[in-house]
Amino acid sequence: MSLTPVHLQFIAIGGLWTIGLSAIAFIGGSIIGFALALARISPSPLVRRLAAGYIQIVQGTPLLVTLFLFYFGLAVIGLDRLPAIVAAGFGLVVYSSAFLAEIWRGCLESVPKTQWEAAECLALTRWQRMTRVILPQAMRIATAPTVGFLVQIVKNTSLASVVGFVELAQAGKLVNNTIFEPFTVFIVVAAFYFVICYPLSAWSRSLERKLNVGRR
Amino acid sequence: MSYQFDFSALLPYWPVFLQGVWLTLKLSALATVFGFVVGTLCAIARADGPPWLKTVVAIYVETIRNTPLLVQIFLVYFGFASLGLKVTANTAAVAALVVNVGAYTCEIVRAGLESIHKSQLEAAECLGLTRTQTYWHVIVRPAIERVYPALTSQYVLLMLASSITSQISAEELTAVANRIQSDTFRSFETYIVTGALYIVLSFVVRAAFTLFGLVIFPRRRKLGTAI
Repeated sequence: MSLTPVHLQFIAIGGLWTIGLSAIAFIGGSIIGFALALARISPSPLVRRLAAGYIQIVQGTPLLVTLFLFYFGLAVIGLDRLPAIVAAGFGLVVYSSAFLAEIWRGCLESVPKTQWEAAECLALTRWQRMTRVILPQAMRIATAPTVGFLVQIVKNTSLASVVGFVELAQAGKLVNNTIFEPFTVFIVVAAFYFVICYPLSAWSRSLERKLNVGRR
Repeated sequence: MSYQFDFSALLPYWPVFLQGVWLTLKLSALATVFGFVVGTLCAIARADGPPWLKTVVAIYVETIRNTPLLVQIFLVYFGFASLGLKVTANTAAVAALVVNVGAYTCEIVRAGLESIHKSQLEAAECLGLTRTQTYWHVIVRPAIERVYPALTSQYVLLMLASSITSQISAEELTAVANRIQSDTFRSFETYIVTGALYIVLSFVVRAAFTLFGLVIFPRRRKLGTAI
């Protein structure tokens, strides 16, 4: 048997799920990651240390193990009839939150110290200083690495296949189980990933170039 | 929540866990060494090679960086098989990891090579260094010293990513964990222990790289400053 349009369609639908899962991971990860980034530069040492500990633990564990932990952990607390996307979504949100937090902490800290001080001298409140002075500048710096990390998220959603969620990689495995042509099938799957990721990489690079315009 | 945690069921398995840790370290060490060589050669080729070679390396790097490791592992594993080569899962795993980390190393080292100032090359020429000498002493070593922290992070990530090779049943920590959990039915506890072991491993690997850096880059050791 060979690859038929039906198989291709099945893989393409898997591709849509990959995009959906990436979106969940990115949005959820952004919300938690932003809070963590702020916690990492908080004036309270306790808050700083807690956030740093969380990030250390998540970054020190492979995503595969994180996914298994959520998959079996949710069953442990009695939620064993949830669809696979819940475990996969939770795992990826936790994973991306830790990495986004570190990326954004770096961006916040790269806003020159004088800007923080000037804001304070102008008697801006903490909230005003953040929203009016620091964030607009930090966001400019943050766009390129964030888009770059988006590529990592898309690629890492392939691991959701281990908890049985049917995205691109799992769709590829299933198709391969019916037609036994692993090489062809996974080349097609890789091509799908490439089509999703390459524009993001190119976009990230062009953002980087634009940002670096003063230093060329 | 009525779940009873039972880590005691895992106690008899500690030698198996330790063996898994050892296998993961071995697998990632092999991939790191070969990946570093491949990546550095690619970076040099991309900086100074003939145009066709530059294009080939660029395509290699872009393809690898824009497809997931899981799919690359499957492709290498089944690719060997369709070429008629009989290789073990471990060999295929190392090969896939080398191909993967080679591309990332190439990008990192390339950044290092680009950071070498042109005046350094001119100075080397004035001192009458040969091409090889210039390459080794003036370009490659300082470049790698500069990007050493980035390389360290990349190789720690590689060690964590080696867990994915359990998907083609290569022997390493996650594969061992999968087996233990199907023996004991204590899945959650098994993966908690596995996760903790990986955290320890990532600290150990990072520390090892820092020490190694002190050994091979005397400037940092003697002057206490980065390049």
